[in-house]
Amino acid sequence: MRDVAVIGIGMTKFGELWNKSLRELFVEAALKAIKDAGVDHIDSMYVGCMTSGLFAQQEHLGALMADYLGQKHVPAYRVESACASGGLAFRLGFIEVASGMSDIVLVGGVEKMHTGADSTACLAAAADAEYESFLGITFPGLYAMIANAYKEKYNIPFDRFRKQLALVAVKNHENGSKNPNAQFPIKITVDTVVNSTLVADPLRLFDCSPVTDGAAAVILCPVELAKKYTDTIIKVAGSGAATSTIALAQRDDITYLDVVAKAAERAYKMAGVTPKDIDFAEVHDCFTIAEICVTEALGFFEPGKGAEAVEAGKTALDGEIPVNTSGGLKAKGHPVGATGVAQICELVEQLRGTAGDRQVKNAKRGLAQNMGGSGASSTVHILEVL
Amino acid sequence: MAVGIVGYGSYVPRYRIKVEEIAKQWGDNAESIKNGLLLYEKTVPGMDEDTITISYMAAKYALQRAGIDPKEIGALYIGSESHPYAVKPSGTVVAEALGITPDVHIADFEFACKAGSEAMFVAYSHVKAGNMKYAMGIGADTSQGAPGDALEYSAAAGGSAFIFGTENIVAEVLYTYSFTTDTPDFWRREHEFYPQHAGRFTGEPAYFRHVLSCARALMDMSGLKAEDFAYAIFHMPNGKFPLRAGKILGFKKEQLEPGWIVPWQGNTYSGSSPTGLSATLDIAKPGDLILMVSFGSGAGSDGFIFKVTERIEEVRDKAPKFWDMLKNNKIYLDYGLYAKFRGKIILRPEL
Amino acid sequence: MLTPRVYKEIPQRYRLEANKCKKCGRVNFPPRLVCPNCGSQEFEDYRLPTTGKILTYTVVRTPPVDFKLQKPIVLAIVELEDGTRIMCQVTDLPPYVENYDEIIKIGAPVELVFRKIFSEGEAGIHVYGYKCRLI
Repeated sequence: MRDVAVIGIGMTKFGELWNKSLRELFVEAALKAIKDAGVDHIDSMYVGCMTSGLFAQQEHLGALMADYLGQKHVPAYRVESACASGGLAFRLGFIEVASGMSDIVLVGGVEKMHTGADSTACLAAAADAEYESFLGITFPGLYAMIANAYKEKYNIPFDRFRKQLALVAVKNHENGSKNPNAQFPIKITVDTVVNSTLVADPLRLFDCSPVTDGAAAVILCPVELAKKYTDTIIKVAGSGAATSTIALAQRDDITYLDVVAKAAERAYKMAGVTPKDIDFAEVHDCFTIAEICVTEALGFFEPGKGAEAVEAGKTALDGEIPVNTSGGLKAKGHPVGATGVAQICELVEQLRGTAGDRQVKNAKRGLAQNMGGSGASSTVHILEVL
Repeated sequence: MAVGIVGYGSYVPRYRIKVEEIAKQWGDNAESIKNGLLLYEKTVPGMDEDTITISYMAAKYALQRAGIDPKEIGALYIGSESHPYAVKPSGTVVAEALGITPDVHIADFEFACKAGSEAMFVAYSHVKAGNMKYAMGIGADTSQGAPGDALEYSAAAGGSAFIFGTENIVAEVLYTYSFTTDTPDFWRREHEFYPQHAGRFTGEPAYFRHVLSCARALMDMSGLKAEDFAYAIFHMPNGKFPLRAGKILGFKKEQLEPGWIVPWQGNTYSGSSPTGLSATLDIAKPGDLILMVSFGSGAGSDGFIFKVTERIEEVRDKAPKFWDMLKNNKIYLDYGLYAKFRGKIILRPEL
Repeated sequence: MLTPRVYKEIPQRYRLEANKCKKCGRVNFPPRLVCPNCGSQEFEDYRLPTTGKILTYTVVRTPPVDFKLQKPIVLAIVELEDGTRIMCQVTDLPPYVENYDEIIKIGAPVELVFRKIFSEGEAGIHVYGYKCRLI
């Protein structure tokens, strides 16, 4: 297996982009990545997208995007794993380069969510259609069930727990306010969160990531070849993916994201590192409770200690393990299929030292965790500066 | 060969609305309705309840009391004037949910408020004829009454199910009789939401003529007098009519009271007299004779004389009892919520 | 048109038909072809019990369009008395509740009931299935 590097990144601004279509978003991000890498061709490409069929009645994204990117005849694959589509696309691109099958691979992720379609219903397709979404449950609802179970299991008084959840959003908006690509680059307070509209008890509007249009793309090539394009070699040190039960009710422990723990275990092993060796992380904070549970499953904190860690500022930009320096899904936005790739873009920015006001000091090794459904699929990638 | 009820069950939705709440909506005097019609409150179906779900719950409780294998039931009939589909049976859903299908005869009946007793009558007749071991008759309704109409004070939701058989009988059927004429006292045309009625014409020539004729025929047939019966149940369009019918026939109020459910449940149409019977079986003793006479506009009455057996003591606690369901876990609605629950508000088409 | 899909799932939605692994005894709802616990492919028919307790719940304030008239809808993960877990709606609640935590407690006993889950618009089919309610 060859060592693989990320040599180019590109993303669109995230937001409510009424004047940009699905294909325009993808092509914009892909062109930026190609330009950033300085490559003159690509050998193959991956498109991470969750549900363009429901949002825009458009499937067959591999061919569509290759065509509009001016890459006719290039093999192109569409990858779907709900909100982990981008992360999984990245893993497949990594595998293709590592295997020696191709040298220069583009991995992009895209989602066009403002199309007039009912986004709650489109996203619900990531749950168990027959035994979850059929009953009227939504994604905020599924994560709200995790939140209530977490509060109960760790016996946290409601008011304290409510504030802990809010602090995740406050922190991510603080970081997001420093990200020019973020959908909501605004600072908020605990009051903003706890006074916002209830969506699914106990989660409120500001506990939820927004509905977002956007795309992100990266260029991968073998480390050996990367030296031709850049002096700062950013290597994909570890890649892990896992699946778990599609339905939340079937999960052994509703509060523990076993899928994340499994994917992380594999990524740590490949990279030969432990959670302590990670300098910063981009994680899947689709809802505030998700970030808490993910940081526990990644091994940053003991189960049941993730909420306290946020309270203690351990995940802040200047904390012991900065989490979601980009603003996370919460502030940066969550164009579902693009998210996993956008996380990689943030890792690269930090590792290159070009993250501006949100730059983590001495960032040498970062982790990106992307998740599908209520914890049915997840990818974990570890990138480091060589 | 003795044929009778081997299992019975009723279901009462949890939601209620009081007469006062309806009266203030339409400028009526609640006291005069309470005193005149002897109606105080009524059951309202939940937004996820209909004749099918009510029938299922009543049938489930009847099966619990009967303690038989559902597969042995050869026929299932549901009488209602609020079948959820104009075309497509209610009974198939209930039979499928109970695990009775596919070796079963299913039919939905409609005959205004006597569709339930009709279902019972046909189920009983099948068993008596030896066509099958067990047959189930159900009467259930989420009754309709037009907003502002007097019917709105009574139109309620609920139902009861009865399994007939020849073994392990809890109440033997001694006599049956039906009295039927063409009397247009109450009707609902196809595609209409609410029934129409002919005011006072629904009294003497309709309700009283049919109920009294049916009861008298049964008493003649059996040679039994009012005082021979432990209890009697007459269809309950309001609180007053059944009491008056009973009085004319020589029954005392105590004989009617256990099954006189309408003041606090309302009129569950096809479920009315069957539920009165179920409530009475909840407290009846072995050897008790019970007279039940239904009434359906249009018009007709089905009558039964039952004799309660020793087995009643064994089965009655195997499922929830009517008065417990009626008295407990009540959730009161205001008129706005009631109107929403009953689909009386004009909505955008996508809702 | 939901009809064919709903038809296929009638045994589960109406009768709670599950299957039980002959090798390890694990109960699967919905029934599975491969036991997720031991990999066995041999099962026996099994009917779920109809009482249990609430493991966790939420109040969905912005449900999908089929459920809009019932909003807010309360959904729970219920652990049935045999340990099997299912998700279902909690029904027969007061229509307006200030604080749901006061009426629904984690661990509260519930019974499964047969209800209409939703209707396919004004003219489509009614879809029935299980829900739970507080005992």
